[in-house]
Amino acid sequence: MTLAEFADNLSKTMPLNVVILWASGLLLVDLFVPKGRKGITALLAAAGMVVSLGFSIAQTGAQTTAYGGMIAVDGFATFLTVLFLGSGLVGIVLSYEYLNRQGIQRGEYYVLLMFSISGMILMSLAADLIVVFLALELLSIPLYVLAGFARPKPDSEEAALKYFLLGAFASGFVVYGVALVFGATGGTALAHIVDSLAAGAADLTLLTIGAALILVGLGFKVAAVPFHMWTPDVYQGAPSAVTAFMAVGAKAGGFAALLRVFVTALAPLAAELTPILWGVAALTMILGNVVAIAQTNIKRLLAYSSIAHAGYILMALVPYGQGGVVGDAVASALYYLLAYAFTNFAAWAVVIAIEKREGRGLLLNDYAGMGRRYPALAAIMAVAMLSFTGVPPTLGFVGKFYLFSTVIEGGFYGLAIIGVLTSLVSAYYYLRVVVIMYMQEGVPLAERDPWVYLTAAAAGVGTVALSIFSVPLFAWAAQAVLTLY
Amino acid sequence: MDFLLEPLTLVTFTPLLGVLVILFLDQEQKNAARWVALVTSLVTFAISIWVLAQFDQADPELQLVIDLPWIQVAGWNIAYHMGVDGLSILLVLLTTFLTPISILSTWTAIEERVKEFMIFFLLLEIGMVGVFLAQDLFVFYIFWEFTLVPMYFLIGIWGGPRRMYAAVKFFLYTMAGSILMLLAILWLGIYQGTFSVPELTRMGGIPANVQFWLFLAFAAAFAIKVPMWPLHSWLPDAHVEAPTAGSVILAGILLKLGTYGFLRFNLPLFPQAAVQLAPWIGALAVVGILYGAMVSYAQRDVKKLVAYSSVSHLGFVMLGLFAINAQGIQGGILQMVNHGLSTGALFLIVGMIYERRHTREMDAFGGLWRVMPVYAVLTLIVTLSSMGLPGLNGFVGEFTILLGAFGSQALNSPWFAGLAAAGVILAAVYMLYMFQKMFLGPVDKEENRALLDLNWREVVTLVPLLVFIFWIGLYPAPFFNLMAPAVDKVVAALQSAAVAGLH
Repeated sequence: MTLAEFADNLSKTMPLNVVILWASGLLLVDLFVPKGRKGITALLAAAGMVVSLGFSIAQTGAQTTAYGGMIAVDGFATFLTVLFLGSGLVGIVLSYEYLNRQGIQRGEYYVLLMFSISGMILMSLAADLIVVFLALELLSIPLYVLAGFARPKPDSEEAALKYFLLGAFASGFVVYGVALVFGATGGTALAHIVDSLAAGAADLTLLTIGAALILVGLGFKVAAVPFHMWTPDVYQGAPSAVTAFMAVGAKAGGFAALLRVFVTALAPLAAELTPILWGVAALTMILGNVVAIAQTNIKRLLAYSSIAHAGYILMALVPYGQGGVVGDAVASALYYLLAYAFTNFAAWAVVIAIEKREGRGLLLNDYAGMGRRYPALAAIMAVAMLSFTGVPPTLGFVGKFYLFSTVIEGGFYGLAIIGVLTSLVSAYYYLRVVVIMYMQEGVPLAERDPWVYLTAAAAGVGTVALSIFSVPLFAWAAQAVLTLY
Repeated sequence: MDFLLEPLTLVTFTPLLGVLVILFLDQEQKNAARWVALVTSLVTFAISIWVLAQFDQADPELQLVIDLPWIQVAGWNIAYHMGVDGLSILLVLLTTFLTPISILSTWTAIEERVKEFMIFFLLLEIGMVGVFLAQDLFVFYIFWEFTLVPMYFLIGIWGGPRRMYAAVKFFLYTMAGSILMLLAILWLGIYQGTFSVPELTRMGGIPANVQFWLFLAFAAAFAIKVPMWPLHSWLPDAHVEAPTAGSVILAGILLKLGTYGFLRFNLPLFPQAAVQLAPWIGALAVVGILYGAMVSYAQRDVKKLVAYSSVSHLGFVMLGLFAINAQGIQGGILQMVNHGLSTGALFLIVGMIYERRHTREMDAFGGLWRVMPVYAVLTLIVTLSSMGLPGLNGFVGEFTILLGAFGSQALNSPWFAGLAAAGVILAAVYMLYMFQKMFLGPVDKEENRALLDLNWREVVTLVPLLVFIFWIGLYPAPFFNLMAPAVDKVVAALQSAAVAGLH
């Protein structure tokens, strides 16, 4: 690679470079920031992400490749990059005071957050399976550390260890799958796989098994059943601000890889892989929603809800092999990730506001009486619960409408029925939160945290307003096209 | 932006202005909240009268149409499409008429969290009017599902002792039906290429076997809402536990959303399936009439009695609609209005005695005629109206329905009308039983002696309903004239489909 080529590659991946370099620099700068003034680190981290966001928005409409085809810069990557950076910013805003309250404020938190985001961005850009794996690790390892940030709380340490061990195991599956794909096609670049399949030179059995193993590994990341066992414990044990970020970021990162790999490279295998996807989607929706009914801890409830929502998004991936539907499949999955981000941050902002030290304030009963005492917060939580259920006029409803539309276009009526019935089941436990807030007596106490309140309000209002003025978001999701080979 | 000043947008969204004002009021400013809500709902009623003034009676097509493209992505053709015709004009007027009356009835009944109550009530009005005016399936679904949310809160916060159970049951039961309807809506939007109801009706062309499933999916949502037997078990709990104003709106309007849905969607969009399934729906309707009446008679709680009577009365409406002839459908629509007036009045009446005695057990009353004569007279008129006494509104509706059902080709048997007529007798049984237990006989309970008769506010809530009870009963022609052209259009389309289906 000549210097000119190198500079060209760098310029094409500016958002990613900014995040990585800024995070590395921040790690050094943080050494000089005194212990009680970590707000400076937080502010610098946020500034870095804003800079990267600027570069990312400047890249709208770009359609190119870099690093010899290993990176694909397209609308899909830009959409997801903006989503990741936005989530990161919200994550920082939610965490700062929260970390102070829990007594775990450290500068490394923001650096790790940025590194994780860099991994997510790389995931959305990856056009080669090795880069996918690299991004997966870069995404996950900081999250393992962040999950254990509330040490010496045993919950947090257990969460970190569980996440790390299971995550490493899942990454092993991904690597093995990539190796099998390499064996089957002779290369790991998505373009190479497409060519190999077109030329008929690929070993289909080996490729299918490799693809299935990659699905297992990425399924772990997005919390699909039966690779979901880590989700409740990790979501519950990790500090709430980390969970809020993780629920959106890691899930979107996993789906970024799933969408790109399956849609771009594995379309010819649709006959074999679609039934598997169907089964995983159905199981995920059913299990996530049914087990959530039994939960009494709000963080565990939101964890199972997260599993269920992964199931809904997987539902959109099922018709990926049908040429006329695949565009909608990708667009609806992206749209739902965005809707899920808004709703998720609204809900978690309220959770963070109510949580106390030593893990108190996390049971559903701690929300009793919120309708009276904190009407605004209760309203935002109610909007978030309605959005999760899919009741209009919320982004969650419009997102589900889009997902079901894709499934029906693909002709999978049975899966659509499972999807709506499990949505109905979910109404039961989401409504329970609303019932407790409005129809039971209690004396809740919310922490005074203006940034959290602001986030909650913005996310809550956005969830409703953007569902009515939905065309801009639709247009944005529609032009998030994948580079096809 | 001038779609904002279109009459139909105004009549739907004016309550939002009231909501915004009330949001900024203080918790303690209860009277301010009440007055703002009342004035807003009266303004909305005035706007709906303006809509009526602009309504051309002779035109069977949609009028005052707003059709703005909204979401034209992903192959969807969703528009902000609103319109009113003979099928919906009366129901819109009923909604805007009952809402201020219900708000007026809460003046002393709701003392806690008045601000939130009024906000939810006004939001509910937006949802209901929106359902009646929506001509795009996506818009319709949004308004339809949205009505669940304020009603759920109204029952759950201001309701009776079992309100949480009733509210959750109401929400989940109703959502179960509507979520299946969502899939049918998506199918129509994707495979027919548009979500616009007039377009879909005009296009037709859905194969009969597919029509069958789509019909059932839509029917799932509407049958639960009506409620048709056997999907009615949410109704007694919701009605009994809801606060008075909530029950008035629930019975007066929300149940009509279901019957209207059958009329607006199931009949025009799926004509072959409608004709094919008419006898079955007619049978379920007759079962509902008889079952609702018999269970009403068994009740000790007067509110529950009225609740079950709704199942019975709406069975008549369903029978009328699925007679699939002009008389049946016109009778059905008129009976929807009648039920809204009579049963709305009945719930107001129950609420008035509950405010005084805090019990609804009929055994706790007796001889109230001597103590509260004004109350007794007004109740008697409403009772007779609900029973279907000639000269009052109920008779006109029921008679027209029975005529339609008797001569119906779709139902094809005189037994539907015959058994339904037995329901009229049963209605007399339980209504007169209720009246006798509460108002006639000696005043043998001490607490009843000291009861105050109706105050001016309460009389004002009932009198407008009684005016219409008499008007529709004695001179129903104007009401029939409003709906006749649109009904004829629907019937013509259905009868041609019935003929086509025979080949």
